Amino acid sequence: MTVAELFGGELMNTLALIAIAVAALYFARAPMRGLISSMCRALAQGLRFASQSLVDARTNLTARNREVLLAAGRDAAARMVEREFERFGDTVQRDLGQYPSLHQALAERASNLDDDYAKSTATAPSPPGWAEAVEAVAAVPAKADPVLRPVLESIHGSFKEAADEASEDYRKDCRTRHKHLNEMAPSWREALKLLGEVKTRLETTNSRAASVDQHMKKYEEISAGTDRAAAALQSSALVQFFVAGLVLVVAAGGAVVNFHLIARPMSEMVGGNAFVGSFRMADIAALVIILVELSMGLFVMECLRITNLFPAVSALPDHVRRRLAMVAFGLLFSLACVEAGLAYMRELLLQDELATTALLRGDGIAAQTSFLWITTAAQMGMGFILPFALTFVGIPLETFVHSMRAVLGWAAAGVLLTASFALKLLARGFDEGAEVLTQLYDVVIFAPLWVEKRLTGEDSGKAKTRREAPQPVGAKALMKDVEERLAS
Amino acid sequence: MKKRFLSIGVVAAMFATGCSEPQAHNTGVYMLIDTSGTYTEEVHQAQQIINVILSRLEPSDAFAVARVDTGSFSERDIVAKMHFDDRPSVTNQQKRQFRETIDAFVGNVKPSSYTDITGGVLQASEFLTEKNTGRKIIFIFSDLKEDLQEGYIRDIPLTLDGFDVIALNVTKLRSDNIDPREYMSRINAWRDRVEDGGGKWQVINDLESLDVMWR
Repeated sequence: MTVAELFGGELMNTLALIAIAVAALYFARAPMRGLISSMCRALAQGLRFASQSLVDARTNLTARNREVLLAAGRDAAARMVEREFERFGDTVQRDLGQYPSLHQALAERASNLDDDYAKSTATAPSPPGWAEAVEAVAAVPAKADPVLRPVLESIHGSFKEAADEASEDYRKDCRTRHKHLNEMAPSWREALKLLGEVKTRLETTNSRAASVDQHMKKYEEISAGTDRAAAALQSSALVQFFVAGLVLVVAAGGAVVNFHLIARPMSEMVGGNAFVGSFRMADIAALVIILVELSMGLFVMECLRITNLFPAVSALPDHVRRRLAMVAFGLLFSLACVEAGLAYMRELLLQDELATTALLRGDGIAAQTSFLWITTAAQMGMGFILPFALTFVGIPLETFVHSMRAVLGWAAAGVLLTASFALKLLARGFDEGAEVLTQLYDVVIFAPLWVEKRLTGEDSGKAKTRREAPQPVGAKALMKDVEERLAS
Repeated sequence: MKKRFLSIGVVAAMFATGCSEPQAHNTGVYMLIDTSGTYTEEVHQAQQIINVILSRLEPSDAFAVARVDTGSFSERDIVAKMHFDDRPSVTNQQKRQFRETIDAFVGNVKPSSYTDITGGVLQASEFLTEKNTGRKIIFIFSDLKEDLQEGYIRDIPLTLDGFDVIALNVTKLRSDNIDPREYMSRINAWRDRVEDGGGKWQVINDLESLDVMWR
């Protein structure tokens, strides 16, 4: 058998196989088209159903998010209102609690003013009762009777004296009045000052009341579940999430510094080459100390009611809470002291290692630097202070945890929406894909299809059908028809 | 129910801790110093290398220095050995003591007549296997020219699975200069022996590379 014969035989076999396959596909055309169409339709429907389910889930999740957000906002607003009322109560107690004494002081000042005013009233000098007699005497000519002259002069003198005395009395009276008026000035000033104080206190009370009103309004809005309140809460939660996250990152930096301060000396206690898995035991011990410090800090914050992460702690009686706070603080203080000691030890170990390395290098004993105490003191200070500084992590942590619920809810809703869109897109793809696959199927069996068309004359039939089909009515045809009708 | 959970927890903990062999993370180093003939003059360089190795070793590591002489498969050839404590402060003290021992050895070293490197490597593998360190390194500070006394049998396969064998300061002999193939064949012969034994072979002539290797 030659090579040509061999390949010719194989080619014929292949062609025969292709022909049989094409024929089989041609005969199975109708059921295969149905199968492709049904399969794609079923897949598309399934995907649409899944997409709709995701949309429903997203709707439910969004509603749930909104409920949770509003509930959290309502709690926060209620706490704020409660706190504002407490502040308002304190303000009223402080500013208006002393109002009776203030009022009494003002009444005393007013009474004093009344008295002084009454005392300063001008008393008109009493008119002389014998003024007419005096006028008559005065009308007597001076030199008419020498006997009368001394009498008249005596009367004149008496009048003059009486007038002088009256003038003196009047002047004295005026001086006393002026003195009383002068005494009124401090009372006026005191009264003005007291009135100013009253005004200030009332203004403070008013501003505090306005603040309470504002918080009450916010609380009412949240309670009513308005869209505005929900949007404000969403925005607020997002901002709080990122701000708290930023503060936590900073705190994590502090924790890392703290870790490096105590990790090396820890190897002196738990061994320098002990491992748990692939982690050094010394590193784990240092990490545990830092985490215990963080826990103690959180407990202190909880017991002081600055944070509210553990409802069980908040629900404890006050005296138990105070004791717990003292215990937590005591442990924190002890651990801070331990850290300071470890930081000191770290410096000693470092110096020892440097000295050994210098000796091995042949540099001799390294000289002690004079400013070494600064780094030692700084390390000890950091070792002592950082645990207390990390205590305040509780505040951003609480905010982060609370706002994370809302942020994760939005993220999940976004993912669901995206997935729903993708599924819908895929469903649409399957819809179109059914047609494409059918066409591809026809391409594969184009030869028998062509033969079928030639034999059945489907093309000529179609052309005929197209010719017989009513032509679309155009504007020209319509005009022509109208003209013919009018002519007839 | 609680007891069942407890027992499951105990079993899980046993699986987590007991079933898996704790992996050693320490390093064992055995350094062979060739003291034969003129190579004795290089011993000061070996001293520097020992100091570099000492400065790189950590708590719980093991270190031994032995000389290569006529018959090196013997504990008597170990100049100094130390299994460092796991506390860094104690380790530093031990390093200083080790250095003093090496200084004393370097000051009184005497050249040997023969060079039994294979015996030294066998001793090193035995020592490090006994120490059961995580990483095992054998340094051979030699020109790798073995010169055995008559009667000593060293044509035996080495078992160096998991060992790093590093030849240091492999100096060229006068005959190597005439025919460099001798030098090449010497190194290749040792590479083959070590790799056949399951170890990793490396030659470091630039001692700065040694520092890089430790990093």
